[in-house]
This record gives sequence, structure tokens and C-alpha cells, in this order.
Amino acid sequence: MNRPKMNPPQAGGKMKLPVGPNAPGGYLMDVSSGMRVFRPVIDQEKCVHCLRCFLVCPDGTIDKSGEQLEIDYDYCKGCGICAHECKVKAIEMIMEGDA
Amino acid sequence: MAMNAKTIPNEEMFYGHKACGGCGGSLTVRLAMKVLGKKSIGVYPPNCMSTVGFIYPHMCYFGNATTAPFAASGAVMSGLRAGADALGHEDWHVYCMAGDGGTADIGIQALSGAIDRNDRVIYICYDNEAYMNTGIQKSGLTPTGTRTTNTPAGSNIHGAIQPKKRIFEIVAAHGIPYAATASVGYPEDYLRKLEKAAACPGTSFIHVLAPCPTGWQAPSEITIELAKEAVDTGMWFLAEYENGQYHLNKNPKEFASIEAYLKKQGRFSHMVQADFDELAAQRDEQWGRMRAEWCD
Ligand SMILES: Cc1ncc(C[n+]2csc(CCOP(=O)(O)OP(=O)(O)O)c2C)c(N)n1
Ligand code: SF4
Ligand code: SF4
Ligand code: SF4
Ligand SMILES: [Mg+2]
Repeated sequence: MNRPKMNPPQAGGKMKLPVGPNAPGGYLMDVSSGMRVFRPVIDQEKCVHCLRCFLVCPDGTIDKSGEQLEIDYDYCKGCGICAHECKVKAIEMIMEGDA
Repeated sequence: MAMNAKTIPNEEMFYGHKACGGCGGSLTVRLAMKVLGKKSIGVYPPNCMSTVGFIYPHMCYFGNATTAPFAASGAVMSGLRAGADALGHEDWHVYCMAGDGGTADIGIQALSGAIDRNDRVIYICYDNEAYMNTGIQKSGLTPTGTRTTNTPAGSNIHGAIQPKKRIFEIVAAHGIPYAATASVGYPEDYLRKLEKAAACPGTSFIHVLAPCPTGWQAPSEITIELAKEAVDTGMWFLAEYENGQYHLNKNPKEFASIEAYLKKQGRFSHMVQADFDELAAQRDEQWGRMRAEWCD
């Protein structure tokens, strides 16, 4: 998985909370998975690697760097765009808890 | 090299943001960062994208970015451009991501000033057709008949009464070097226009239709479908203005059904036949003019 990771400051760790008008960019305190009701699951057999889902995911949670696409479930919100836009229906939305 | 799903970088530069699932605005930002790269400075006036991206200390922009006073995006970009040039960062892009309210109403004066100075900045307007961040109020780019919290639909008045301002033409009338309209429903076209804006030596402007599932009251998975249908029904258009010439990128022989497009969205659920007809008449008037004046 080639996606940014949550990295909250640890007690006694290096990162201090910034004080003042500026803060480091690309600094994630929290995940977004709590927003998800349905989980997109890619059927790698069906996927033809057209990358449409990667292109249109508003959250950028589909990683195309590997041989197979991988979804970052820490930040996927389960919006369903990827499944809806996949021409070969290789992505299924499964209710969290049933997955 | 043409920018498409294969050629754009895998690296995410707008990540972990708290936009609603299926937010078209956040896709507008994400794709812009893929073309403009980390060596860019983003200006985010008050709107959904600044709200969901800067949640101190949770900071979702992986390049430089700042908020701006609402009315000042154009002026703040000019200042950052001058600062970046003074520091020798000529290869850095300066862009803004302003909403429809922040562009067509509140920020229009600073936008006009930036174009007048012809500063090398990229003004991107993501248009979700209302002031969403404050809870869905009508802006100058809200279509006629839209139900918002300050244009409710009752038996006498059916939602917003004004048509969408022609902001693309207002911008072009400045004689700007490059202006374009786009839609997240046609992402490759948007990427191509971002590349052109990035290469433009003066001010550039891209107006992107970006559906908002929350404000449009539509399922989150159909954001791209709606953005595409808006173009296919003629409710939105893909065009460019360059070297003093308008150019229509897409000129459909036949329009898809406006009614079917509107009925997918709760914000139009009060509409009756006369309302559909009114929007179709506005569309035909606009396209009549564009076809007569913008086509060879
Ligand atoms: C001068 C000023 N007026 C009003 C506000 C309140 N405000 C914050 S965000 C917002 C809505 C912005 O709408 P738009 O530009 O369309 O972006 P969206 O929220 O739809 O993404 C408003 C009115 C403000 N922050 N500053
Ligand atoms: S859209 Fe479907 S076929 Fe295309 S890459 Fe994604 S999962 Fe595979
Ligand atoms: S469900 Fe939405 S957020 Fe999750 S991977 Fe698909 S498009 Fe991206
Ligand atoms: S309200 Fe609309 S524009 Fe704002 S974050 Fe949610 S979906 Fe995006
Ligand atoms: Mg808006």
C-alpha cells in the first residue's frame, strides 16, 4: 500500500503540536473509515485495470502502484463511485460487518 | 504527454480530508494537485475545501496551502506569486480553489483585479451551485428553480428565480489569456485544461462543475454520472477561450433528457413541467448563442 498513513503525535515523541498560524502540511491525525457504511471490494479476476476507479475516486484511496489495485480502507469513505463507474462491475459494495 | 489515469502520478497530495463521501469538489482538488504537483501554493478561501482540508493539526494538503479572506483569493494569489518569484521559485504554480459563491459573488472583484494585472496564477472555481459549507444557500451560480435553504420551494415560487451568471463569459470579457469550463464528469478533459493553465504565462481560469451529494440531495455514487449528464443534457458546457477566441469542445447533436437529470436530485424534486420547460428554454437560448458565435 502506497498511501499516506495516520501519524498522530506520540507522548514524548518528536512532533509537537504547532503553535501559531502555520502547521506542517500532509499531517494526518485521524482516519476516515468511520464514515463508511459500505465497503468496496475489488474482484481482481474481473478487473481489467482500466484505472477508471483510480481516476474518479474523490478520496484518492485506490492505489495503482502495485500489480493489482489496492484500496486504502483507512481513508475510503464507501461513497460507491468506484463501483458505479466500473464498466465491468468488478467492484462490489458490501455492508460493513457483513464483509 | 497527455494526462490520463495511466500517466497521472499515483502519489496523493490531498489526502485524509473530511469532505462528504462522493464530494465532487474534493475530486476537483485532487486532480488539480496531480497536474500542478507539490511545487505549488494553493489558496483556499472559506468554502468546503478549506474546511475539510485544514482541520488543525490534521492538515490534508501535502503541498503549500493557505486560507484567504473570502473576497481576496485573486489578490492573495498575486501576492504569493510575487513572493515565490522573489525567492526564485519561478517553477512553482500558484492556484486557488474557490467555490461558486467565492467566485461569482464574493471574490469577483479580486478575480477581476488579478486578470487585469495578468499575474501568472491559476484560478480554479469548483462549482457545486450553492454556498454549501454554510448549509446550502443560493449563489450567483445556482440554477433557476433550485431549492436551497434561502430559496425554498413553495406553491408560488419554485426555488431560485435567477439564472446562473455567465461567469465564464464575464472572465473571458477581460481578454484573459486562457479560460475554460470543465466537469468532473469528463475528467480527462479537465486534466487537459489544467495542463494548459499550468503552461499559461499569464492568468488562467477554469470553471469546473463539481456535484455535491449533500446539497444536491443525490446518492453519493452518482456524482460523476451527474457531472457527465449535466454536459450531455446541455445544462453545462465544455468550452475554452484562448487568443481572443471561444471554442466549444463538445457540441452534442441531440441533448439527453433534462427532466431525467433533474429528477435524480432532491434539490429539484418540487419541479413541475413548467419548471422543466423553463430550464430547457434557458438552455436552448444559451446554446443558440454559443453555436452562432463560438463555432466556425
Ligand atoms: C466574508 C465572509 N462571509 C461569509 C463567510 C461564511 N462562509 C464560509 S464558507 C461559505 C460558503 C462558501 O460557498 P462557496 O464559495 O460556493 O463554496 P462551497 O462551500 O459551496 O464549497 C460562507 C458563506 C465567511 N467565511 N467570510
Ligand atoms: S474501474 Fe473496474 S476494471 Fe477498471 S481498474 Fe477499476 S476495478 Fe478494474
Ligand atoms: S468507495 Fe468511494 S472513497 Fe472508497 S475507493 Fe470507492 S470511490 Fe474511493
Ligand atoms: S457539502 Fe458538498 S461540497 Fe461540501 S464537502 Fe460535502 S459534498 Fe463536498
Ligand atoms: Mg459552492
